[in-house]
Amino acid sequence: MSLFIQIAFIILTFSAALCLFRIGRGPTAPDRTVAIDILGTLVVGFCCLMAVWTRREFYMNIAIAWALISFVGTLALAKYLEGRSYDA
Amino acid sequence: MLETVAYWMIGIGLGFDLFGCIGLVRLPDIYNRAQAATKCVTLGTCMILLGVVIAALGHGEAATVVKAVLCIAFLLLTSPVAAHAVCRGAYISRVPLWEGSVEDAFAGRAEQIRAAQTQQGVTDGEKAEAS
Repeated sequence: MSLFIQIAFIILTFSAALCLFRIGRGPTAPDRTVAIDILGTLVVGFCCLMAVWTRREFYMNIAIAWALISFVGTLALAKYLEGRSYDA
Repeated sequence: MLETVAYWMIGIGLGFDLFGCIGLVRLPDIYNRAQAATKCVTLGTCMILLGVVIAALGHGEAATVVKAVLCIAFLLLTSPVAAHAVCRGAYISRVPLWEGSVEDAFAGRAEQIRAAQTQQGVTDGEKAEAS
């Protein structure tokens, strides 16, 4: 179990590095927004693997909270891109 | 047995995550990147979570199972909505399509939306200028 989870962490970290590359390089603002959204989803998977590896369930709370907060942040950025006011 | 199934689910999910992120780097414009990355990474993370559900069932951790199922539901509900909103915002703010694109079905509707916005003056910048 331990070796498998460690390899999984390496793959997830490499994926997150690719997302960070797109956040830094991305020519337009929507590119960066999508990359931030994907990075949040990757962090959710990371937290769940931590919960299985360490047998501590509070990592699942972090994962749920991160998924919801990331969704709200992405929606706010999308409305900003669209040029609409936030309460319409 | 359960442990092996959990390994396979987590492994397949990791593959989807990795290929989704490679698509995020390699594809030519924002719309291609958004659809590749969102679909692959959502499915991949949901499969990792399913593997976590099966592994936690094997360990007999009921709270982790319930929270992982909740997390799958949240991801499947929120991720497509967020990607759709970002792509719509990108199109309305005139991010160009890739020059090899063959069809642009949203162009007329986007013009209507932009015209309605300028008519109402709903953007925050225009509000600040008006006041």
